[in-house]
Amino acid sequence: MNVLSFVQAFFSDSAHWQGYDGIPSRLLEHVQYSLLALAIAAAIGLPVGLLTGHTGRGGNAIAVVANAARALPSFGLLVLAVLLIGFGLLPVMIPLVVLAVPPVLVTTYEAVRAVDPAPVDAARGMGMRESRVLFRVEVPVALPLILSGLRTAALQIVSTATIAAYVSLGGLGRYIIDGLYQRNYEKVVGGATLVAVLSLITLALFWGVGRLVVSPGVRRR
Amino acid sequence: MNGFFDIPSDLQHSWAGLIGVHLREALLPVAAGLLLALPLALLCNRFRWLYPPVLGVTTVLYAVPSLAFFVVLIDWTGQTELTVMIPLALYSLVVLVPAIADGVRSVPDETLSAATAMGFGTVRRYLQVQLPIAAPAVIAGLRVATASSISLVSVGALIGNQGALGNLMAAAQKYDRPELAANAVLTTAVLAVVCDAALVALRRVLTPWMPRSGRKRTAAPREELLTKGAAR
Repeated sequence: MNVLSFVQAFFSDSAHWQGYDGIPSRLLEHVQYSLLALAIAAAIGLPVGLLTGHTGRGGNAIAVVANAARALPSFGLLVLAVLLIGFGLLPVMIPLVVLAVPPVLVTTYEAVRAVDPAPVDAARGMGMRESRVLFRVEVPVALPLILSGLRTAALQIVSTATIAAYVSLGGLGRYIIDGLYQRNYEKVVGGATLVAVLSLITLALFWGVGRLVVSPGVRRR
Repeated sequence: MNGFFDIPSDLQHSWAGLIGVHLREALLPVAAGLLLALPLALLCNRFRWLYPPVLGVTTVLYAVPSLAFFVVLIDWTGQTELTVMIPLALYSLVVLVPAIADGVRSVPDETLSAATAMGFGTVRRYLQVQLPIAAPAVIAGLRVATASSISLVSVGALIGNQGALGNLMAAAQKYDRPELAANAVLTTAVLAVVCDAALVALRRVLTPWMPRSGRKRTAAPREELLTKGAAR
């Protein structure tokens, strides 16, 4: 009955630590799905966000697209994608990317828009080309906010990537789905704990990356 | 799209009935979360040291996948709607508590002093002065919470058809009818958009002193809110 005793039982069972259904391999799968989805979402959201934020055009269109994407249910998209495409990695990536693009896109756009115009004008006055204004001035200043958008996206992906197991893929969701059908609550709680821990590690990683790449002058806090 | 609205009878609901169930399962938790978040935010503002631990706990709860939450709760509440609604209410806290706490904190000091000088007690000042001024921030939080809640209800389909429109997804697989899944996705999306619009309208009614063209103003703080809730 006690959740903590489930956690303890799950992690002390040595059978959970080896083989294709062991914690290391499931964790690796989960991280792979999450990184792939985050990479695709960043590849879509960052360039579009930077460009629209720099030019200041298309803000309303971004808000509309982001709101529409947010309204789509991940689980529903997954089932629909599987029914239309068949089983595989692609139908899992579709809902994860749809989930992750809005925070990346909107935050990047808002971050670049919110950069103090004085240094941007100064950079232009010094004869910087537009691309250099964007990458040498606007991006470094906007970096903390851009990272926070990526962090939100990463957290949502890590927690939602569990649905991959529903369509016969691996990842930590395997424990939750299998545990559900086997009435094995120990497995479910163990899987959920692993996902929560992975989320916290993701948070810590983003904090560390922020410390490393954000210029000390921009880091106000 | 033949049979788009032709709902299998084992779901025991018509299309409109499913929408009703979906709205109930999605909106009641947000309302419960709001009722819970209001005193929590008040406490967080009274005792500043309480804020970081409250945010930490809600963030960890938010990190637990909804499906795992449902399955664990089955032990206590069975395969009922309550099992779906409890996690959703807890999830909404991660957005609502910081939204209300930060919104209430941003009320100017002179306004608070004026209220105190007029003889308002703490609770009355909170309800009649601070909350109305913080209404835009609170509603921004409600919009995020409502959208995610409406989308998450579908997952309840996995624990014995408690997912309202999500049940259509299971039915789509069982009977190999993709149009049912498309119906579920589209209807859920439309519900989310309609509820969002209703909240924006509510904000306009509650804050008649704010400029009406609210697109930029209302779109911007949402992302910041969510990042705040999920990360700090």
